[in-house]
Amino acid sequence: MLIPHPLLGLRDAQEFTYLGDAALLNRPDGMAEGAEAAFAEYVYLRDNPAGVHRELWFHEQGDRSWLVVTRDTTTHEILGAELARDVKLKGGAA
Amino acid sequence: MHFSGLRVIREALTGHKGWKPLWRNPEPQPAYDYIIVGGGGHGLATAYYLAKTFGRARIAVLEKSWLGSGNIGRNTTIIRSNYLLPGNEPFYEFSMKLWEGLEQEFNFNAMVSQRGILNLCHTDAQRDAFRRRGNAMLLAGADAELLDREQVRAMAPFLNFDNARFPIKGGLLQRRAGTARHDGVAWGYARGADMRGVDLIQNCEVTGFRIDGGRISGVETTRGHIAAGKVGVAVAGSSSRVMAMAGMRLPIESHVLQAFVSEGLKPTIPGVITFGAGHFYVSQSDKGGLVFGGDIDGYNSYAQRGNLPVIEDVAEGGMALMPMIGRARLLRVWGGIMDMSMDGSPIIDRTPVEGLYLNAGWCYGGFKATPASGYAFAHLLATGRPHETASAYRLDRFARGHVIDEKGVGAQPNLH
Ligand SMILES: Cc1cc2nc3c(=O)[nH]c(=O)nc-3n(C[C@H](O)[C@H](O)[C@H](O)COP(=O)(O)OP(=O)(O)OC[C@H]3O[C@@H](n4cnc5c(N)ncnc54)[C@H](O)[C@@H]3O)c2cc1C
Repeated sequence: MLIPHPLLGLRDAQEFTYLGDAALLNRPDGMAEGAEAAFAEYVYLRDNPAGVHRELWFHEQGDRSWLVVTRDTTTHEILGAELARDVKLKGGAA
Repeated sequence: MHFSGLRVIREALTGHKGWKPLWRNPEPQPAYDYIIVGGGGHGLATAYYLAKTFGRARIAVLEKSWLGSGNIGRNTTIIRSNYLLPGNEPFYEFSMKLWEGLEQEFNFNAMVSQRGILNLCHTDAQRDAFRRRGNAMLLAGADAELLDREQVRAMAPFLNFDNARFPIKGGLLQRRAGTARHDGVAWGYARGADMRGVDLIQNCEVTGFRIDGGRISGVETTRGHIAAGKVGVAVAGSSSRVMAMAGMRLPIESHVLQAFVSEGLKPTIPGVITFGAGHFYVSQSDKGGLVFGGDIDGYNSYAQRGNLPVIEDVAEGGMALMPMIGRARLLRVWGGIMDMSMDGSPIIDRTPVEGLYLNAGWCYGGFKATPASGYAFAHLLATGRPHETASAYRLDRFARGHVIDEKGVGAQPNLH
């Protein structure tokens, strides 16, 4: 698989490590009411869709940036990639 | 139809005209007491033990494709009970004991072959960990032997003992472990269930659940609505998709694992051997093919096929461990989609929906669990209580902090 890195162009997926669903960018507030349940859900539960999935990849053997890659889990087709930082600044990965 | 040596001889003498199909192909009834979703190893074993051991009737297994089309027919057939943690080891040893009597139990040749599994260690720390694991196995009634380097050499002289980076220091051997014919296991359970009146309904995909006031009353399928008293879901890599139809999110990611088989060779590998410094394991089938595998591809997937980098990685592991494998030609590669759970351990539990039960999260190790998983799931469905060896496999253990994490890598499914 080739990942279209927004700064570096097409890069081999082998240069990256995979973390999981980009919803991990939306960390719950540890001080909020019900934080314990919110964290249990954040840490352990996943949508795990068959189809389009937004997910976090780390360019470990490259520029060490985190990307949000949009990929189809039924075909492995990669539909796009953004810097995770930009996604977070725009308000998260929802 | 009873299978025996005599029967084989008689059929051979009469032109094999007396063999009959192993199961019926019934139309779905409007209602059942028990519906099992998923006709893989676990679903079929569940139906078998529900009917045979727990004496239940009016049972159906609904399979979206053909029986055994999923992981039960795609795995590398290793059976073993060499786990460390108390939540796991008694369960897998229970499964091992069921394997040992399985062929007599269901009168079908599943080619259970206790040829042993040898896990190699390459550092002193790894040997210490194996000693601890071996002791945990012995405490649960399993067998375990710690071998030194020379004992390993006597068993498998072809290994690369002088690998400068990963010298072989010894290994943990479980002699009672081995392999079984994966399809044979599915067929044996299917036939045994059918003989006891279970309806095995193929090409019948569950597309929704009917839930009234928090209680299950049936399932929607591609062959219409079917009412049910209790529904047990055992759909391996599809658990998240299926349970989403009941409004649940699971502690699971779906991942693809690849498997490999070489051309047929003369007998060379004595049992199952696993590399302790990279992810590579190998055994030899009765037809002579080397059956091997390694890591999952590592990203969420429902594609039922993997990519080249993992093939390369597995091949490198094989070359590091046993350079002679470089002479063998690869015949086939395939993939299967598995539930990778957040702690690497399975779930056999009821759900917040009354009457709806879940059997999921088997990762890459659910084949060996087939007998015990079916038995424990049937126990839960029939009695409402978990089987004593499966009581740790609760769905809420994650929120409660009671994870069963053999590898200790945390909530990162692709590392288990
Ligand atoms: C390459 C590979 C190698 C492996 N090697 C080993 C090994 O050496 N040892 C070991 O112990 N384990 C191994 N495993 C793991 C093991 O194969 C699985 O954990 C186990 O088979 C899963 O249980 P099952 O047999 O019930 O799954 P499956 O056979 O996958 O059964 C699930 C069934 O559910 C059906 N289904 C899905 N959705 C629906 C629906 N909506 N309606 C109706 N039916 C549905 C599917 O069609 C499928 O037939 C391996 C797995 C893979 C992929």
